[in-house]
Amino acid sequence: MAKEDYKGIWVFAEQENGVLSETTFELLAKSADLKEKLGGKDEITAVVLGDDAAAFASTLYSYGAEKVIAAEHANLGQYSARPYAEVLTALSEKYKPSIFLFPASPLGRDLAPRVMCQLRTGLTADAIDLDVDEDGVFVQTTPNFGGNILSHICIMEKRPQMVTVHPKVFSPISPIEGAAGELILEKPEVEADDCYILLETEKRVFEGKPIADCSVLVSGGRGIKSQADLDMLRELAALLGGELASSRPLVDNGWLPHEKQIGQSGTTTKPDFILNVAVSGSVQYLAGMQNAKCIMSINHVASAPIWDVSHYGAVMDYSKLIPALIAEIKARKGL
Amino acid sequence: MKILVFVKQVPDTDDVRLDPRTGNLMRDGVQSIINPFDANGVEAALQLKAQCGGQVVAISMGPPQADDVLKKALAMGCDESVLISDRALGGADTLATGYPLAKAAEKIGDYDLIICGRHATDAETAQTGPIIAAFLGIPQVTLVDKLSVEDGFAICRRLLPDRYETVKVKLPALVTVCSEINTPRYPTPINIMKALKKPRAVWNAADLGCEPDMIGIPGSPSSNKKIFEPPKRMTETIFFQGDAEAVARAIADALEAEKII
Repeated sequence: MAKEDYKGIWVFAEQENGVLSETTFELLAKSADLKEKLGGKDEITAVVLGDDAAAFASTLYSYGAEKVIAAEHANLGQYSARPYAEVLTALSEKYKPSIFLFPASPLGRDLAPRVMCQLRTGLTADAIDLDVDEDGVFVQTTPNFGGNILSHICIMEKRPQMVTVHPKVFSPISPIEGAAGELILEKPEVEADDCYILLETEKRVFEGKPIADCSVLVSGGRGIKSQADLDMLRELAALLGGELASSRPLVDNGWLPHEKQIGQSGTTTKPDFILNVAVSGSVQYLAGMQNAKCIMSINHVASAPIWDVSHYGAVMDYSKLIPALIAEIKARKGL
Repeated sequence: MKILVFVKQVPDTDDVRLDPRTGNLMRDGVQSIINPFDANGVEAALQLKAQCGGQVVAISMGPPQADDVLKKALAMGCDESVLISDRALGGADTLATGYPLAKAAEKIGDYDLIICGRHATDAETAQTGPIIAAFLGIPQVTLVDKLSVEDGFAICRRLLPDRYETVKVKLPALVTVCSEINTPRYPTPINIMKALKKPRAVWNAADLGCEPDMIGIPGSPSSNKKIFEPPKRMTETIFFQGDAEAVARAIADALEAEKII
């Protein structure tokens, strides 16, 4: 089968408990852009699995899907990697898409590698941009080394060209009421996965406000020397009416939970004000906070990349400055 | 119980730059370490061994110096190590990486559980674990932060952004672990000494029975066309100067001007 025989752009429509993920809509919007760049012939298809998958069709049309392939079976009601991968592999072999996009969500990153492996094709991980080059080749941009290095990845000969795409890098279109499309209903044979049994789901309870929703953040980086120093930043954050956040190293070493991490592999934030303390500013970190309205930084390295995005700052060690700043703010607040 | 742990050698920093002349990664002076999540994987395996008995085999693929991470795994307490090293395996994408690793698991055989880190800190694909599981045809549980074994099943708690999922998975299975699962132990001097006497295999692609068109660059459907440093944004920065007290006052002034306090 020649690669030219593979046509169309597929988006895996991720749904859990009857709700489609936001990234599904982002990928449908980006597919329209790719379609145009590829010459306008590739159909945009959303592929959705579930026990009542066709129910998602009208929503998917309204966000830009021209076609919906709904694979329905009682055993697809609850996600499990192996049955989902079997079904997607079979659908892909039957309909032969050229491009197959997945959200780089926990589910997408669990599922897509198994499909790719069964199809013996390529899968680009966690792309932050998708484009078509001057030769008409589909190109994915991925971050490496925490985003300090970017790569352009291509899948030249094998099809489909599979990609997991980072959430929130593209914007969904405003849904079009009453948009119509073509529905293909598939009823695959699916055996229940007796080897993988979901016993229990427990909602996570978080300390403090989610950092994505905060208007003020104080963020500590690799240069923070101790957990006592981190407590100092927590105190400062509270004084400013905000939350403590961090770059990746302090999460990697276990000082803060993952949900406090700013950046591509953490949370994308857009606060009114952020104070970065001893954060050098890896690209993946900057991507998670550079749209803050006011960025202030404290770092003793004058050449740190954090200065590329900072409005205010001081090139100095934080350990004397932060206590002085806490005292100063307390004094001004009359505390 | 036989547990296989896959470990990868990664640079000890994200602060990697490109050589402006050659466009290649500059690795000089950058220390290499065991991928931190893989160290969690080793610890998880050793804790299970302590509870259930058995054997832990650490496996890595890479150039000869990747042996350093296996020495570390042995010094932490793993029983054996396997280094997969062959020039023919170089330049592999994730598919051509997962394949020889799965072949190694098959060659070792009789495994009950395979443990990988949730992702490696260099390329961050998070694909290797699921690909190994797919090649072996076994179930996988990703992002695990609690792990126990009973009656031929692993009970795994998955750490997801909004919830925990507890999954019962039939062995043999593959799990990928988060840093939240444990704190990796430090090698003790006695274990470092003992590590020198443990069985250590080195296998090449032929030893694993790899199909030549499934490995290295020929076996890699995806290719890296270009590596580059991201374009920089240049914001004008107002720098505060003076001693800590003076800078604190200047910052407080700016916070008032920006209506933060």
